[in-house]
Amino acid sequence: MSNDVLVRDTAAARPATTGRDRLQQVVHHRLFWPVVALVALLLACGVRSPGFLSISVQDGHLFGQIIDILRFSATPLLLALGMALVIATGGIDLSVGAVMAISLAVSLTYLDASSSAGSVSTALVAVMIGLAVAVIFGTFNGFLVSVLGIQPFIATMILMVAGRGIAMLITQGQITTVTSAPFKFIGSGFVLGIPTPVVIAAVVFVLVALLVRKSALGMLLESIGINREASRLAGVPSRNITWFVYILCGLLAGLAGIVYGAPTMAADANNIGLMKEMDAIMCVVLGGTTLAGGKFFLGGTVVGALILSTIERAVVIFHIPSQITPLFKAIVIIAVCVAQSPRLREMIGSVRLPSPAARKTVEEAV
Amino acid sequence: MGPPAQWQRLLSVVRTTRTWWQYAQRVQQRAAGKAKMSQAAAPAASPVVEMTGITIAFPGVKALDGVDFTLYPGEVHALMGENGAGKSTLIKALTGVYQIDSGRILVSGVEESFSGPNAAQKAGISTVYQEVNLCSNLSVAENVMLGHEPRTGPFINWRAMRAEAARYLEKLGLGIDPASMLSAHSIAVQQLCAIARSTVVEAKVLILDEPTSSLQKAEVDELFAVIRSLRDRGVAVLFVSHFLDQIYEISDRLTVLRNGALVGSYLTAEMPRFELISKMIGRSGEELASIEEGARSVARVSKDGDVHALSAIGIGKSGQIQPYDLALYPGEIVGLAGLLGSGRTEAARLLVGADKPDHGEVQLDGRTVKLSDPLVALKHGIAYSSEDRKKEGIIGDLTVRENIALAVQTIRGMWRPVPRRELDALVEKYMTALNIYPANPNMLIKNLSGGNQQKVLLARWLATAPRILVLDEPTRGIDVGAKAEIQKLVADLAGEGMSVVFISSEFEEVLRVSQRIEILRDRVLVEQIQNGPDVTTDTILASIAAGHSITETEGSAA
Repeated sequence: MSNDVLVRDTAAARPATTGRDRLQQVVHHRLFWPVVALVALLLACGVRSPGFLSISVQDGHLFGQIIDILRFSATPLLLALGMALVIATGGIDLSVGAVMAISLAVSLTYLDASSSAGSVSTALVAVMIGLAVAVIFGTFNGFLVSVLGIQPFIATMILMVAGRGIAMLITQGQITTVTSAPFKFIGSGFVLGIPTPVVIAAVVFVLVALLVRKSALGMLLESIGINREASRLAGVPSRNITWFVYILCGLLAGLAGIVYGAPTMAADANNIGLMKEMDAIMCVVLGGTTLAGGKFFLGGTVVGALILSTIERAVVIFHIPSQITPLFKAIVIIAVCVAQSPRLREMIGSVRLPSPAARKTVEEAV
Repeated sequence: MGPPAQWQRLLSVVRTTRTWWQYAQRVQQRAAGKAKMSQAAAPAASPVVEMTGITIAFPGVKALDGVDFTLYPGEVHALMGENGAGKSTLIKALTGVYQIDSGRILVSGVEESFSGPNAAQKAGISTVYQEVNLCSNLSVAENVMLGHEPRTGPFINWRAMRAEAARYLEKLGLGIDPASMLSAHSIAVQQLCAIARSTVVEAKVLILDEPTSSLQKAEVDELFAVIRSLRDRGVAVLFVSHFLDQIYEISDRLTVLRNGALVGSYLTAEMPRFELISKMIGRSGEELASIEEGARSVARVSKDGDVHALSAIGIGKSGQIQPYDLALYPGEIVGLAGLLGSGRTEAARLLVGADKPDHGEVQLDGRTVKLSDPLVALKHGIAYSSEDRKKEGIIGDLTVRENIALAVQTIRGMWRPVPRRELDALVEKYMTALNIYPANPNMLIKNLSGGNQQKVLLARWLATAPRILVLDEPTRGIDVGAKAEIQKLVADLAGEGMSVVFISSEFEEVLRVSQRIEILRDRVLVEQIQNGPDVTTDTILASIAAGHSITETEGSAA
């Protein structure tokens, strides 16, 4: 399925006869440069720290740096999947970070107040409540954008600013900490040897991909993003679809908040999900979706999330001071975006393969 | 909206009268010069543009294949061809929008390879597109002088700029206030501003890409007067239009392209009309005539049912269209005729749920329905093809297949995607039936030519199997062959029982297809004409003009 999503619309179906043609196709695929950057980053880390690429099995669980990267990709990926759909309609959701904080705060506050925080059913109810609250906030965003017609940037900024205050109200200004083994499992457990967050993210990815590509939702989303008025005249219920997408984005943000906060089980309203909306947007853009709306690429978004968490890991491995991490992030992202830019591709021309120089910029950035 | 629009019209009437005199004088002057010109056929002068062996390939299509093209100073050269023949591509190759894959471009004898439209403009090649590409939120003066503002030190001298702009506008016989907003003027005036701009940059070559498709007759005359005066000053004008009358009126030479290849270059005066058409479409003239005749004969079959397929009772929307009645029998084609801005489109939009009426109701088969949005209308079997193909029609970044599927899909609801096989069959059926080129459903629709985009949109609506089809300017900017095909198609569909509302600014076309014609004037449906052998375009014109005396007396009083 994921493969299907990746290759769905590589321009017109052209017969690839020679090997060179095929190579051209690969090089011109919009995921080529992001994947190159990801592989280069991983290799660079592997060279610097020899054990980096190895994966070991302890007590039937997978361990290793790569597994950690996958685990840390889960949160940005959950956010970015919702964000990709919102961006496809030509919108943006700046409130996802705040929604993360709220849903975690609600879940943990419920657990804190409950007498049987350790039971599976209580933990499940806590998760459900957290997600329900996230859905409410998503609905609110969607209402502002699709019904009242407020610009998405402004509409979602309201909650981005107010959200943390709401989370503070819920936790009464404290950092709520609780202990609940089943809840913690969401963040640091293993399913069939694979970390739970990775499993959750993978399942959600497949579900969202099925939702948009097996129904007509994906096509209608894109048509709204490309030409809203033409879509309306063709009968596309753009109001409902736009609304739905914000709700979905809110739900996924709530889930991301729970997955993110589960290992520590501390609802720190000030810091949970801080600047995560920017990470999510970054993943979406790295995956080849433009902020102007229209075509969106879920498979690309996965690659984007992996790049993001690999960068964060690479910072540690290269002993780069944590204060300048954002700069390092920015350099890699600029390199990928430059490599992806259509203008640059035109300049390089359709004849030449990627020049060593272009490849070098990415590696230097790494 | 009313008074300014009338004013514009009045102004253009006044202007035309003046232009007509200028034209009459010039015709006399030219009568003498023409003979000289045609036998010389310009080779005496050295060409300002010489393109040889131009080839451009797009994925899957060869848009241009070894085309030669020569443009001499002081001539009006028409570029002819069907949609998708490569006219726009050739222009874009010349102006540096597209890079050529092979061939040579010489401008004034120097080989050039423009990196973009800016470079081309610097070399003296200016382009005025069909859609005016100026900044409508700036003043006329700012638009005309953009990039050439007179300065005092580092600051723009606004007063001098307005004066200079006025001077350039005056040269084109355009007496508008340079300080006024561009958006306050009609498209025709905006187009003249674009031309004024090209005189500021002292273009050697002026390219006009379908400048007349949205203009009224009077405005076209005005534009032509300007073109002639530019030509007399030695500017080479490259002119693209689908209107054959205009080609014969204005052009000295013409070059015909077909399917990306050169057919030939000819002197306009020596090229009979029918031969030109058959060169453009690669079919004989008789064949074309028979298509048109076929359309006519089907259209003339009158269908009188008992129950109206659709009837609108007193529907209207304030500021858009006065309440009107309209009834459609099954299998009937009703034409809406009127000038630009007469309310044709506004009237149609109320029938299809695109706009909500303030008054009245719509009945389908005698039952009242509430068409609250286009989806409801589609579900009731009413399909609407908008006049604005780009803004309200195509979804540019989706494929042809997806564009065709869109309306069918929304009727089914998004959770029930059209099965792949069913969709393929549907797409295949309409791509063949409508002769869509290139026949590749996976191409992005924005890469198709205008005429083929229009056919894809028709396919989108026909795929929903509508009972009522509302077509707003379905043949605008489309070549002769495709136009006849579409007219024939409409006639055939009506023959099968579909009711059609047909809107067009070409009265001949409305006459040819419609059984009944509703005349609109100044946002009021004023008259209904039953089509018959004695009804001509003059009948329509007379009906439209009947009310004009009021506007004119008002105007002359002021």
